Amino acid sequence: MLLDYIQSLGRQALSALQRLGRGNLFLLQTIPAMRGMLFRPGLLIRQMFSVGVQTLLIIVVAGLFVGMVIALQSYYALVDFGAEDSVSVMVVLSLFRELSPVVTALLFAGRAGSALTAEIGLMKATEQLSGMEMMAVNPIERVIAPRFLAGFISLPLLTAIFSAVGVVGAYLVAVELLGLDAGAFWSQAKAKVDLYHDLFNGMIKSAVFGFVVVWIAVFEGYDCVPTSDGLGRATTRTVVHSSLAVLGLDFVLTALMFGDD
Amino acid sequence: MTDTLINIRDMHFNRGERVIFDGIDMAIPRKGITAIMGPSGTGKTTLLKLIGGQLFPDSGSIEVDGQNVHQLKTAQLYALRKRMGMLFQSGALLTDLSVFDNVAYPLREHTKLNQSMIRQLVLLKLHAVGLRGAADLMPAELSGGMARRVAMARAIALDPMMIMYDEPFTGQDPISMGVLVKLIRELNDVLDICSIVVSHDVRETLSIADYVYVISDGKVIGQGHPDELKASTSEWIKQFVDGEADGPVPFHYPAEAVVEDLVTGNGKRR
Repeated sequence: MLLDYIQSLGRQALSALQRLGRGNLFLLQTIPAMRGMLFRPGLLIRQMFSVGVQTLLIIVVAGLFVGMVIALQSYYALVDFGAEDSVSVMVVLSLFRELSPVVTALLFAGRAGSALTAEIGLMKATEQLSGMEMMAVNPIERVIAPRFLAGFISLPLLTAIFSAVGVVGAYLVAVELLGLDAGAFWSQAKAKVDLYHDLFNGMIKSAVFGFVVVWIAVFEGYDCVPTSDGLGRATTRTVVHSSLAVLGLDFVLTALMFGDD
Repeated sequence: MTDTLINIRDMHFNRGERVIFDGIDMAIPRKGITAIMGPSGTGKTTLLKLIGGQLFPDSGSIEVDGQNVHQLKTAQLYALRKRMGMLFQSGALLTDLSVFDNVAYPLREHTKLNQSMIRQLVLLKLHAVGLRGAADLMPAELSGGMARRVAMARAIALDPMMIMYDEPFTGQDPISMGVLVKLIRELNDVLDICSIVVSHDVRETLSIADYVYVISDGKVIGQGHPDELKASTSEWIKQFVDGEADGPVPFHYPAEAVVEDLVTGNGKRR
């Protein structure tokens, strides 16, 4: 009984390690395969549309509401101290440093990541990837690499859009709704936010998240068990693993970037 | 140039603990239709994947046109695959491309032909399988039989030296079955190539094959011209060819005696 338990524990650990190994080998195959896109930018552009542009709506809506909510909350907190002019600083810093990269990455994992896994997994289940191989076309080069690069480029861009829309949302609430001074709103934000330290670091986070989320998404699709059950599991794993990875990495990156404040 | 296109020597292949091939020898000629038959689960599809270099044997060798498939570098393997056509059971059409673009795909990937030349070629290949009129349809709009015919057109797009058919007749109605049987024979004769048909549809396969290998339990258990197989005295081959329910391959999956299991209740099961 106990032995069985230990055995199954060992088996699970081994299979997890094997997956990790396969994931890394897969990455090693994918990165050099990106060269192919230099000659065929069309492949990348098509994927940027389906991965990036089609995620835009949810990012814009979420950005707007997140900006509005933080503006509202920080107004209520700050008004007691007569510091309501600092609402914009609060909003912009929390958006640029944390919320935009993290929330965008989470939404991206749910919307684009799961779609990537499902699409690639279905291509595997219907033997389309095998079929490409037999036509002497490398599926890593034609299918995986364009999606990988498209996701990696799209996420930082989506993050930037999320931030911009979030600030607009905050402006609407703070200035139009609560009646703060527009000049104070912008000048406070400009004075307290550093381009490199806040904006740039946030974008680095976003690039890291993009890499990890899209890596998990395409790998899970490529590595899935080609049955309906396996595909469902793979899609779930994409969302769960990439969300956890984003949150965990966010802590590490924050500690590294803003630890000496 | 020898008459043998594919030469399989003492090939072993295991999947996990399970032995799929236990020392198989085969010589597939350069011309004509060679059928590989056997019950489901004997690894017929696996054999095609081994020939195509998608899987690696544990020991033994597979030579295609004089080249050992599993010792080739990736570029050489891809060069060899351009001369192999393969028809997957599902058709394996790219679902986001139209019928026309699916057939054009290998041409666009591997040749520098201009658009009008590609158009001519694609329509010719589609005409050969009777689907020139379906060029603008999407794969989702095709029936199973039509999808396989499109996949055939795609498989012959680069004028290969051989085509491998993976279970081409499975799940087809009598008419599309007839169409596929006729097409496989005609394509083979017109293009004068090597066709390998993996199937367990005995009647259809024997009607078009020039030579048949029967595999079971990882071994070649019979081979020869279809007529020789039909006249075979082997109990096993008789059962397979005539489709009898019981014989050397028992009707019952191995189990405990009925009495133990059902009557006395002494069986191991709950």
